Amino acid sequence: RHLLELLKRTTVHGESNSALVIGPRGSGKTALLNHVLKDLREMEQVRENLLENPFLSGLLQTNDKVALKEITRQLQLENVVGDKVFGSFAENLAFLLEALRKGDRSSSCPILFVLDEFDLFVHHKNQTLLYNLFDISQSAQTPVTVIGLTCRQDILELLEKRVKSRFSHRQIYLMNSFDFKQYIKIFKKQLSLPAEFPDESFAQKWNNNVQHLSEDKTVQDVLQNLFHHTKDLRSLHLLLMLASSAVTVHHPLLTAADLQEASRQHSTDSKANIVHGLSVLEICLIIAMKHLNEVYDGEPFNFQMVYNEFQKFIQRKAHSMYNFEKPVVMKAFEHLLQLELVQPLERPSARAQREFLLMKLLLDSSQIMDALQVYPNCPTDVKQWAASSLSWL
Amino acid sequence: MNTRQQSKLIYSWYGKPLTSDRKLRTSQYKGILITSESSKTETCVQLGDFILVEGVNADQPYVAQLVDLYEDGAQHKRAVVQWFCRLEEIPQNKRKLLKREIPAQEVFFDQVLGYDTDIAAETIIKSIMVLPLHLGEELPIMILNKEQTFYVRQSWDGKCFKVLSPDTFSKLKEANKKRGVITNSSKAFTPSDILTPVKKETESVVRSATKPKNADMEIESKHSTSKSSLAKERHSQRVANNDIKTPTARKKLELNSPTRSKAKLLGCEVLGLLDDDCDAIAPLEPSAPKRKVKFTGEILGSPPKIPCSSDKSKQTSETAEPHQRSSDTIRLSPYAKVKDFHGKDRNLDEEDDILLSLVGYQKPSSQMPVLTPRSRRTCAQKTSALIAEQISLLKSHGKLAAEEDFSSVSDSSYSSSSEEEEDDDDDVPCTPEKKPKSSKIFSTPKSSRKSAVHTPAKTPKKTPSQGTPRTPRTPRNATPEIPRRVQAAQEPASVLEEARLRLHVSAIPESLPCREEEFQDIYNFVESKLIDGTGGCMYISGVPGTGKTATVHEVIRCLQQAAENEELPPFQFVEINGMKLTDPHQAYVQILEFLTGQKVTAAHAAVLLAKLFSTPGPKRKATVLIVDELDLLWTRKQNVMYNLFDWPTQKHSKLIILAIANTMDLPERIMMNRVASRLGLTRMSFQPYTYKQLQQIVSSRLKGVKAFEEDAVQLVSRKVAALSGDARRCLDICRRATEICELARQKRAPEIVRMAHVTEAIDEMFSSPYVNAIRNASLHEQIILKAILAEFRRAGVEEATVQQIYHHYVALCRVEGLQSPTVSEVMAICSRLGACRLLLVEASTKYLHMRVRLNLSQDDVIYALREE
Repeated sequence: RHLLELLKRTTVHGESNSALVIGPRGSGKTALLNHVLKDLREMEQVRENLLENPFLSGLLQTNDKVALKEITRQLQLENVVGDKVFGSFAENLAFLLEALRKGDRSSSCPILFVLDEFDLFVHHKNQTLLYNLFDISQSAQTPVTVIGLTCRQDILELLEKRVKSRFSHRQIYLMNSFDFKQYIKIFKKQLSLPAEFPDESFAQKWNNNVQHLSEDKTVQDVLQNLFHHTKDLRSLHLLLMLASSAVTVHHPLLTAADLQEASRQHSTDSKANIVHGLSVLEICLIIAMKHLNEVYDGEPFNFQMVYNEFQKFIQRKAHSMYNFEKPVVMKAFEHLLQLELVQPLERPSARAQREFLLMKLLLDSSQIMDALQVYPNCPTDVKQWAASSLSWL
Repeated sequence: MNTRQQSKLIYSWYGKPLTSDRKLRTSQYKGILITSESSKTETCVQLGDFILVEGVNADQPYVAQLVDLYEDGAQHKRAVVQWFCRLEEIPQNKRKLLKREIPAQEVFFDQVLGYDTDIAAETIIKSIMVLPLHLGEELPIMILNKEQTFYVRQSWDGKCFKVLSPDTFSKLKEANKKRGVITNSSKAFTPSDILTPVKKETESVVRSATKPKNADMEIESKHSTSKSSLAKERHSQRVANNDIKTPTARKKLELNSPTRSKAKLLGCEVLGLLDDDCDAIAPLEPSAPKRKVKFTGEILGSPPKIPCSSDKSKQTSETAEPHQRSSDTIRLSPYAKVKDFHGKDRNLDEEDDILLSLVGYQKPSSQMPVLTPRSRRTCAQKTSALIAEQISLLKSHGKLAAEEDFSSVSDSSYSSSSEEEEDDDDDVPCTPEKKPKSSKIFSTPKSSRKSAVHTPAKTPKKTPSQGTPRTPRTPRNATPEIPRRVQAAQEPASVLEEARLRLHVSAIPESLPCREEEFQDIYNFVESKLIDGTGGCMYISGVPGTGKTATVHEVIRCLQQAAENEELPPFQFVEINGMKLTDPHQAYVQILEFLTGQKVTAAHAAVLLAKLFSTPGPKRKATVLIVDELDLLWTRKQNVMYNLFDWPTQKHSKLIILAIANTMDLPERIMMNRVASRLGLTRMSFQPYTYKQLQQIVSSRLKGVKAFEEDAVQLVSRKVAALSGDARRCLDICRRATEICELARQKRAPEIVRMAHVTEAIDEMFSSPYVNAIRNASLHEQIILKAILAEFRRAGVEEATVQQIYHHYVALCRVEGLQSPTVSEVMAICSRLGACRLLLVEASTKYLHMRVRLNLSQDDVIYALREE
């Protein structure tokens, strides 16, 4: 691949380069890089050149100071004692620059800087680290290759103009550009047991089953659905993991039903799930909120409004419902708040009374209706109330 | 240290005015009396005396000879001096001309014309001694132990070193003698230096217990700033030097000195001593097996140097590095090598020592050279008697060495110092056999000091493994270095590779095409300022990649060339880059470090620099300061910029600043009025390159390499010129094109980069990634985008909440006949798109009320989606 070629040139010719690998999450950026590095190390010529690569992740090295220390540590320069790097930030920077300036194209061994989560490095103050790395890669100093991995498409716009000018604009885009057939193939490959599996007959059986599965209609539907949702291979792995965890001694082979079950788990709505576990009172409150939302067209409400709505319902319709005290209703409301089904608009301050804090419901009406359909032992009048429109008010 | 003292000094004339010139209202005196209030002592400095003059750097006062003293009309006490310059004042690149190591105490008779010889008398610190010596002459031992004594061997006129002319020599000598008499009478506290030779020696030894403390404190103070533990490691060498001054060791040396006539015994004792050394070195050896071969060689060579004073063994040990590997027939483990080598040396030592001692006593007249071996022998003797004390004595050797070596210490690379040693040998072939030897003893002891100093630094067992591998590095500062590559870099094989190499931004072109005018302007500006000896600022602006920094560097290079050819006065060149500083205030530190080599905190550096630039320095060279990325030196109070631009306006600063930044109106935009006004009106802006210029740049780089089609180059340059005029970009595209071409060549065989390749490269660099990203997104992601578009169209606002989008989304899914997804899935898709920055999303805690907007234009999305 392109990246391999690039790195090989750095190591063999001592050329300095910089490149960005851009692709959505789960498109195999890191995997690609690791693969390339492995290939490189296998090449005779390169290994002798002692390719060093400091690996920095934007999530770990949160500022330039930490990043510099990490680089110095990974390069094992001299001011490293044990695992610690001494000296102030300024000293470190000067030291590292000095170190890198010492070398020239032909004599010093090339260094490969890998910056994972490159977009986070961009937010460092003045982008000092990036500027210096790119500047080195653009001048006759130690050969350096800077590889950035990121998932942001707009990364170049984040770079400061002088940093951008020093970047070589070599971008490698990774896309999940495969179609469904390849997706099925990947699915098969992921599930199949490798040839060196100890129990050969079982492996045979298993692999046949996988082959069979991949041709099954229901399985294909499940996969198609997932594929339509996301092309991220990690989600496929997750699904397969869920499915294959159902495999036991008594149930040795994966079936289509397993996959369907896993898919169902994979795609359930988390908030709707929470609704299933609520008490009738809490459901009633949510329904009241839903009505309020309809009346006021999504304007925020407070507890008092909800309580009034609930009272109305109790007085007019409810025969099966017990008329709860206000503190009890309040308690239920707070429970909803804790479950984050309801969210306050602003921070609760000490001055405002709890009853009058403005809230917003975090559920869609269709979600509520769906949840009610499957809610066990729901009183009929509650259901009716939920389904009814504003007319009865 | 000296500055602090100076504040308490009172200067008054000594004696009556000798002559007075009525017209000029000046009167001349024959001496000046320096009275120190604190210690109530008086020092008299007379004409012809050698003095220390307060300099830039408090630790390193200038050395000068007092020629004239007078009081001018305004009652200012003035002095006319003849300068001597220290090694530190000589430019790094000229030092090579010396071809030998210069100890710290050696100074050069200064014949550089540019310096102001008229100084204020108040800057005189105290009198010292400067001894004239012939080139190659042995130093007297006392010099070694005294900080306040310097000696002169050569003169320096800015370009080359010359041997002192006979009359200068005799003049200096005379001045010295005269002074000796005077100091005898006038100096109250310093014991006189002119005594009988024997006495002098012992005295100097005695004094060494007290005097060198000065030196040591100085060393200490220099290094006290570096507090890191590694620095401590290095530091320990210095500290070890300190230990030497424990009076006991010294006294013993002194006590032993009378017995030095028993030199006959020496042969066997040296043997014993060497044995000890072997033992000391042997554990050292295996403990650091990883060390480079070179170091081993050096260490192997080191032990013989300490005890023996023989010429031959020295040479063998010196040549050990190159020869040993070839001459050593027994190739065994390094350990065995050491043994073997020592064995050889031992034999040599025995012979040589007898020979030497004979020679030494047959020539009592050449007193200087004999002194050294003697003292060495005493050491050796004592060591054999008391093995336990060997370490401390080694230390003392190390100390001798260290003092001499002090200046050469800064020379970092090991190999170069050994080269210098060898050069040294060649340098003095005409002098008698003895002299090169002893001079070499002083010039080579780096390694001996290393082993000697290190052993006692900590508990002996621990040190070798820890300390020694590090020692060969500069003690002062770690030399950062990237490990060497094992294989040499491959040379470019094909035309394309050659072209790519030349197109790399780092490749330095011989000339800078299309910037001749700017070059000339800057050159003229700096040149005129240099000639006038004034200061000034120039502001250079231009978008990135227009060759600002390159041009300025080119100017400096030319100026340096001119200065070397003596067309211009010499100047110093300092460069700071705003991006390479962690904090604007670090600029002070860097400038100071460039100028004087000190390392201090930012606040202190600012004070020192302000002092440096605002006071009239007698020997001040002009300084050219390049401030790259000026806008990053911005602070809220702008004091860094203010100071920077204020210095050139000072009368004596001789500072020329070239400030570089991107924006043309930076002074107006971010600077306060007072800063902007100091920056002055000398502006220059670099226009972006036009396509013709870019074309010229590329073709000038490719001169002689036929790799590009003419049209292809033109296409690239037009494309880049239309966008930014960034030369870097242009070169990068060309480079990428060669790669594409190379890739294509594997199939067919086009040897030249054609239009198609260039177009491909350009497309690759400038194509918008978004459309491609959308096309490769999954189906539901695309539907979400559609839903967002629909919502935008409905609301007429470019922002929507997930809840609104969700409704559209469900509707769209029904149209497409897909299973309608849950809210959780929608949220997941939204955050995925947000991570790619196709969408801009809020923090996901708001769930359904999370606001979403597109990060690209709606048209782009429609275009990308319609293609399906």
